[in-house]
Amino acid sequence: MHGPVHLTAEVLSGSRSGAFTQLTLAAPGVGERFRPGSFLAVSVGEPGERTRLARRALWIHQVRPLGGHATSVSVLVDPVGPGTRWLASRARGDRLEITGPLGGRVFALPKEPVSTLVVGEGVHAAPLFALAERLRERDCPVHLLLAAPDEAHLLSALEARRTARSVTVATLDGSVGTRAPAADLLPDLLRRTGAAVVYAAGSTPLLHAVARAAEDHGAWSQTALTLPTPCGTGLCLGCPVPVVGEDGVARTARVCAEGPVLRGDRVRWDDLVGAESAPRTGTGEERG
Amino acid sequence: MSPTTPGTRVAGLHLAEPVMLAAGCAGTGREAAAYAPLSTYGAVVSRTITLDARAGSRAPRVLESPAGLLHATGLPNPGLTAFCATELPALVQAGARVVVSVAGATPEEITQVVRGLARTSGVSAVELHLCAPDAAEAGVLAPRDGAGVSEAVSAAAGVLPPGVPLLAKLAPVLAGVAEHARAAAGAGAAAVVVGGAQPALLPDGRPAGLSGPAVRPQALRAVHAAATALAGTGVDVVGCGGVTVAADARALLDAGAAVVQVGSALLSDPTSAARLVTDLRAGRAPDDHT
Repeated sequence: MHGPVHLTAEVLSGSRSGAFTQLTLAAPGVGERFRPGSFLAVSVGEPGERTRLARRALWIHQVRPLGGHATSVSVLVDPVGPGTRWLASRARGDRLEITGPLGGRVFALPKEPVSTLVVGEGVHAAPLFALAERLRERDCPVHLLLAAPDEAHLLSALEARRTARSVTVATLDGSVGTRAPAADLLPDLLRRTGAAVVYAAGSTPLLHAVARAAEDHGAWSQTALTLPTPCGTGLCLGCPVPVVGEDGVARTARVCAEGPVLRGDRVRWDDLVGAESAPRTGTGEERG
Repeated sequence: MSPTTPGTRVAGLHLAEPVMLAAGCAGTGREAAAYAPLSTYGAVVSRTITLDARAGSRAPRVLESPAGLLHATGLPNPGLTAFCATELPALVQAGARVVVSVAGATPEEITQVVRGLARTSGVSAVELHLCAPDAAEAGVLAPRDGAGVSEAVSAAAGVLPPGVPLLAKLAPVLAGVAEHARAAAGAGAAAVVVGGAQPALLPDGRPAGLSGPAVRPQALRAVHAAATALAGTGVDVVGCGGVTVAADARALLDAGAAVVQVGSALLSDPTSAARLVTDLRAGRAPDDHT
């Protein structure tokens, strides 16, 4: 089965996990098409009362059978603005209008059983656990780096410890793990793990650091961009990312349709960072 | 109300449905086709094509505003030649009745683009985009008076073969709608498209358009003004602006539009236009804006 579906999904559960809310949805047809790195576009507000019309992009965190549902789909919401706060307050029995799974390019898996470093920041670590499982199925050793400003914004590494050969945790305030920005730990981790591929999902500055460190180390990088995608479906042409094509020509791609996962050496990071005029959260949400 | 909509004539074309996908809201076409076959719609208007490729504006391009979306994309497109080689055949292959939206920096450039399309098969009509809300940044003409509209429309209409009508998309600013519509009709447009984005600014001060349900009442008035101005000329009005459900479309049709376009509604629900087609056919007009 290919292609996204648009449907009204029932919320099977909503539970707090630190600063985040994990929503588990009955979304027939979505889980079956899931690949790590794909996402959902979600509408904010009750049907008929909607005034916030940009959709929020949420990474698909988990796909599993649940109750009578062949596949349920879990997402994590970081409530940073009015739209994501509304989403984070959804509870069992509520309904959400969703489209997914979306993304023209998701995480590309290595053909050989090479060592991998998987880097996730805050809520954007959500798609990486399923990725780590797929990597392990291919006999690729997984080394995980989870980073966040503080413990409340750190996804639990418990489940990942079964999958990953090593887990490194870093917070900016030192509330758990090493007190350091994730970017500072990359060179040493790359040396120690001998990773041939680095997978990362997080803020643009962290992804830029990952792409740079990978290149210095002679590794490939696969970066999952977290810029706002107003429609998520490729229709609005509203999520530009400056890239370099295979032919070396500078182009502008759409994060949602040509991404969200791009090879780190294909993104023109300096142009991207320069183009960002306001802080972003990666969910299409403006702060405040 | 008849139980079915037996097709519609607009600008001399017979369309199976009175619903078109608006320019710039269907991606390259392929993305829209993921949710419904493109033959579902009366026509699909392509993203706006210019002579040379445009990278488009920097981010942010599209932002939320209460009941609307602000947009300033800078008209990203692959340019005429690449469009005719790739996107246009793909749209036709996907079953779309294709209307190609075009813009240009000068009347001469408009002539060049339209002449290129006139030689290409698969083009049912051309929609001349004369109201890009970010026209200066996008580097395209957006005439402010009837003389400017007339000059631009003449530049396009003069090079189209018979049977490929020209639609002129006009600014929905009320003070000029009637004048612009008459100018477009006089210069050879077979229809005018009225009611799209209202002029606005992004928070960072760049010119943008405001679309969506927020502008629906203004669209209704602009369509009414254009239809009144064009009464008896045989030139049709295509209505757009915040169309989400059948009741919205009916209101524009009742105000004098021959067909409607759906734009920003697709961005929050990519199935909305297909549902609108079904509801109009069934004579249903749900008014709950779901």
